[in-house]
Amino acid sequence: MTEVGIVAFGAYVPRLRLKRAAVVAANSWYAPGLRAHGKGERAMANWDEDAVTMAVEAARDCLTGIDRGTVSSLLLASSTAPFADRQNAGIVKEALAMSDDIATADLSGSQRAGLSAMVQGLAVAAANGVTVLAIGSDKRKARPASEAELVQGDAAAAVLLGPGGGVAKLLASHSVSADFVDHFRAAGEAADYEWEARWVRDEGYAGLAPRAIHGVLAKAGIEADAVDAFILPAPRGVAQAMSRRCGIRPEAVRDDLGQSVGHSGVAHPLLMLVHALERATPGQRILVAGFGNGCEAVLFEVTDAIASLPRRRAVTGWLARRREEVNYLKLLAFSGHLELETGMRAEFDQKQPLTALWRQRRAVLGLVGGRDPRTGEVQFPKSDIPLGGNLDAVGTLEDHPMAELPARILSFTADNLTYSPDPPCWYGLIDFEGGGRMNVEFCDAEPEDVAVGREMRMMFRVKAFDRQRQFIRYFWKAAPAEREA
Amino acid sequence: MASGIKDKVAILGMGCARFGERWDADADSLMVEAYLEALADAGIGAGEIEAAWLSVAFDALNIGPSGVPASIALRLGNVPVTKVENYCASGTEAFRGAVYAVASGAADIALAIGVEKLKDTGYGGLPVRTRGTMFDMVGVVGSAPGNFAQLASAYAARHGIDRDDLKRAMAHVSVKSHANGARNPKAHLRKVVDEETVLNAPMIAEPLGLFDCCGVSDGAACAIVTTPEIARALGKKDLVTVKALQLAVSNGWELQGRGWDGSYVHTTRIAAGRAYAEAEVTDPGRQISLMEVHDCFSITELVTMEDLGMCPEGGAVKDVLDGRFDADGANPCQIDGGLKCFGHPVGASGLRMIYENYLQLLGRAGERQRMDPPSLGLSHNLGGMPNQSVAAIAIVGLEGA
Repeated sequence: MTEVGIVAFGAYVPRLRLKRAAVVAANSWYAPGLRAHGKGERAMANWDEDAVTMAVEAARDCLTGIDRGTVSSLLLASSTAPFADRQNAGIVKEALAMSDDIATADLSGSQRAGLSAMVQGLAVAAANGVTVLAIGSDKRKARPASEAELVQGDAAAAVLLGPGGGVAKLLASHSVSADFVDHFRAAGEAADYEWEARWVRDEGYAGLAPRAIHGVLAKAGIEADAVDAFILPAPRGVAQAMSRRCGIRPEAVRDDLGQSVGHSGVAHPLLMLVHALERATPGQRILVAGFGNGCEAVLFEVTDAIASLPRRRAVTGWLARRREEVNYLKLLAFSGHLELETGMRAEFDQKQPLTALWRQRRAVLGLVGGRDPRTGEVQFPKSDIPLGGNLDAVGTLEDHPMAELPARILSFTADNLTYSPDPPCWYGLIDFEGGGRMNVEFCDAEPEDVAVGREMRMMFRVKAFDRQRQFIRYFWKAAPAEREA
Repeated sequence: MASGIKDKVAILGMGCARFGERWDADADSLMVEAYLEALADAGIGAGEIEAAWLSVAFDALNIGPSGVPASIALRLGNVPVTKVENYCASGTEAFRGAVYAVASGAADIALAIGVEKLKDTGYGGLPVRTRGTMFDMVGVVGSAPGNFAQLASAYAARHGIDRDDLKRAMAHVSVKSHANGARNPKAHLRKVVDEETVLNAPMIAEPLGLFDCCGVSDGAACAIVTTPEIARALGKKDLVTVKALQLAVSNGWELQGRGWDGSYVHTTRIAAGRAYAEAEVTDPGRQISLMEVHDCFSITELVTMEDLGMCPEGGAVKDVLDGRFDADGANPCQIDGGLKCFGHPVGASGLRMIYENYLQLLGRAGERQRMDPPSLGLSHNLGGMPNQSVAAIAIVGLEGA
């Protein structure tokens, strides 16, 4: 088999971290047993974040310093993708302003889908000598006052897979597939239906995970105690039990990020893998397993190249970009469990002409503006007649991708009148480095972050929901740029 | 160079409905109210109107499309009626149509009528509406106060003005308009407010509080125009003539180019320059006796004083606080209460402003009449958003002024 590996990795964790104690306090009258899960916090997607937008951020992080033109295929795994029939990976591809001549696919149907995407991506990379971007992303769905609501969290992670050893070369992978139904969610349903936790642990994890783990170790021809990092997202204590059973050293069991993120579903094995890779040293062996209607296990060995990978936010960086949230009602409102009065302004008809979205997809989804090759002037959006009205230059503007450019605030307001699911609605005029400007909504903004001259970073977000036709309009928003430590 | 409009057209008569929450009236009755006053003032019969322009900005929400609603409501004689819409500059746009028709000789007597029935929309503030397919995909669906509030942050940053000082100057603008509106029987808001009330009002869009925002009103206003010769032949003695009519529309530079810093309104500056040239105004601070400007928000009026060349850049805060634009100041602005208190039925506003200047020039403004003889009255409309705007300026004055 051709040598393949992880070329790069990235992650995304939403900025809002809901204190579990706040959820427990609100629900203790109804479900006092939830107290057992009251510690720590969980990552909570904002109203304008979903599996697609989080996937875009993880992909951008992963592709730091990498020419996007080298990626030949993009796989998006999610059990909470916003569209049932409109390829979600295709939206991510547009947001990344990638060429149309790449392959994209959605993977779903199981909590294992994130690792499956990676396994499939590795196979494609090995077989065809191409580079594949595999992303796992989930905005979890759980009913109010459920245990799931507390232990889950929203996040995304991405790995770029390609020929050669990369930063972590693939030693082996092994898949075990079985229709073991520990929980299920019928198509269109709001939340999972779960079976008894002890059965899931004793029959599900204990039965299937060791098979996958032994399988991958056997294929790689290494002993269990040679594993330096063991990743198996699972209920509390299960990863430790499986490591004991398989002979993996206890210190190899990785922090499951349960206290800081929560279980991010399809994304979680990849998220933990990225977390492990962040501080990995050459020679370390990482075994990552993903459970769900079977179990997927993949074994990597970290290479010397890990030291020269350009810096990225990864899990640690995004975790540091944190805002504590103690308002449980926001979780309910953002997840659609609580119908708040929206007022008349929310009635604005957000019908999307699909013809126009197709024509303008590079501007709208990719944030690609126009640059006048003669003058160097940049404008957004692109137009037939360039600004300045030079009729000799009609139709000559070049594509000018702007999503990765830093921008600065020129003017701003916090609008309490316009409808926003999380008022006030911050927006203002921003100037991009190198030219181009736009009047744009801000996201993840607080009063202390917003001032004329302040640096912003663009983020792909939900612009509006068309509630009448259940369409989601995406566009870019400006977020306060993190001040580098 | 075109010779301009100066003194080619006279205002024969004007009318204005009482603005406000006109639960009693629909758009048709508001139009009739303004029209009957204008017709009586002009002293002509309805059959003498040869062409009409109707301005409405939110047509889908009140009278519907085309010129037909005005023709039916006013029972015009199957004359050409054109509906115009140019954001908040629509009223002045209708006036421009009528004036140009007369100036061209295509009509001897023409009518401009503007109306808006905002209180039937159900909104507090202006209704949300599409700004076009592309805008809806990439633009901000902000409120009107939010769009104009951005002037404040950029203005404060450019001139190094402390937010509290700016808020105080903005408050002065609103306090003044309330004092003026209280003396106007046709005004929507007729209650005097103090600075403290304005400063402590709930925040609508940072830094604009409730009292920094103009009223959302129902109303209509109307002008009948003709040539000075015909006006005199009809027995008019003191003629108010049109000195300048200018419209400047954004071409995208503010939002797509570089160089604009968001602290002023580019189109107002362009329109003002052209209007002053057309009216032969060289020193606006001395020559313009009265101003009705587009004070949709207090910050807009403040910035407009600089855009019209009334104060040096960065100087409006001081001039406003010094009372220069108060009813008894050197350059009174919104002596009728302005959009802030007279109200802002969008399609009628431009005509309402001209109406006030017309009354003042003829000495017919009642309790709020300026005592020193006014010579030129300027009205200014600003439509859209500061970053994508339509600015209209009309200067009217006594013949010979």
